[in-house]
Amino acid sequence: MPIHVEFVSPERIIFTAEAKEIIVRTSDGEIGFMPGHVPFVGVLQVAEARIYDADGSTVHSFAVHRGFVEVANNHCTILSDVAEAAADIDPDRAEIAQRNAEEALAADKEDADAAAALRRAQVRIEVSKKASA
Amino acid sequence: MELIAATRVAKAQTRANQARPYAARITSVIEDLAKGGASASHPLLEAPEKIRKVAYVVIAGDRGLAGPYNSTVIRAAERELMARSAEGIGYSLILIGKKARDYFAFRNYDVDAFYEGITDTPDYESAREVAEYVSDQFIDGDIDQVILIFTEFVSIGTQKLAVRQFLPLESVETIAEVGSGGELTAAFEFEPSADGVLESLLPRYVESRLYSALLDSSASEHANRQRAMKAATDNAEDLITKLGRQLSSARQAAITTEIMEIVGGAEALGGGDDDKNDQVAQILQQTN
Repeated sequence: MPIHVEFVSPERIIFTAEAKEIIVRTSDGEIGFMPGHVPFVGVLQVAEARIYDADGSTVHSFAVHRGFVEVANNHCTILSDVAEAAADIDPDRAEIAQRNAEEALAADKEDADAAAALRRAQVRIEVSKKASA
Repeated sequence: MELIAATRVAKAQTRANQARPYAARITSVIEDLAKGGASASHPLLEAPEKIRKVAYVVIAGDRGLAGPYNSTVIRAAERELMARSAEGIGYSLILIGKKARDYFAFRNYDVDAFYEGITDTPDYESAREVAEYVSDQFIDGDIDQVILIFTEFVSIGTQKLAVRQFLPLESVETIAEVGSGGELTAAFEFEPSADGVLESLLPRYVESRLYSALLDSSASEHANRQRAMKAATDNAEDLITKLGRQLSSARQAAITTEIMEIVGGAEALGGGDDDKNDQVAQILQQTN
């Protein structure tokens, strides 16, 4: 029995699928959900989220920048105000953002905004590279 | 304009519907947390003992020609504000929409913050901006209560004025009860912890509530504009018919008077009866 997964942004439902496994990163590290997982609520980190389709044919990869994951009754909901599918990411833009963030960090090591921007850019690049590979 | 507004209502409604799952899910997570025994202490939940200053978040439109849409919201806000002021409670105005700003600025109220250009098609980013601004002030203790004044979209035909307490939030349990109420599930695991989740969740909840208020208001504005413009079009058509009739009868009266004058003149000039009749016949022929 597959696990039903929903990617929900404040503006719309981005993506739904029947999945074999879902892997996200919460504050305690990477966690995978398979059908029948115990009820779970976690805070997501800026990281990649991977969804393995029930028939094993495709892996959907998303860059998730913050949000929550809720698992209950074989239902997995990922709430995120910024979640991008690999296909929607512009790698060139992400690389420019990465360079800018690095420069800002070099100038001011305490710059939390720049550190967060850097992390986001890195995740975007990682996700889009995997998708094109 | 009626047709433009009509398509915009449909679009705004779709957006509001698409935004619903997120709000529902957030509520359901809060429900899980309430069951999981998250402690109910968060700055956004704490009601101050004494209310000294209230912030009013007023959501109106940027443009007019929308019937009573703007004035209803603005009047309600002013009424609230006056009532509280009479009790000696200070105010802070956070206005969304140019019409609201124009009204309060013209009457020399202190406008604390003003946002423009987001009510036509509200995006989440602007909702977050406003929510953050309000929450920060509330957490810092600058304001003790936040009241949200907007228009609730019930259906195309009905929109209701809504005056709601926005902050402090109701207790976690109350939010949970309003939610879907779903079946009892086994104990949840929380990462990092129930309180940790709650802490990052509540600000999102606040944003999502403001966002849905913005979407509702936007749909209401377009619906109101559609109705106002339909009334204006119908009224103009009635007016055209009425004025057209008036014009015709005035023209008719003028012609009749003219003929009478000519006939009278011919009679005064004298001449045989036959002559006269011929003349009248001639004149009538010419004028017709």
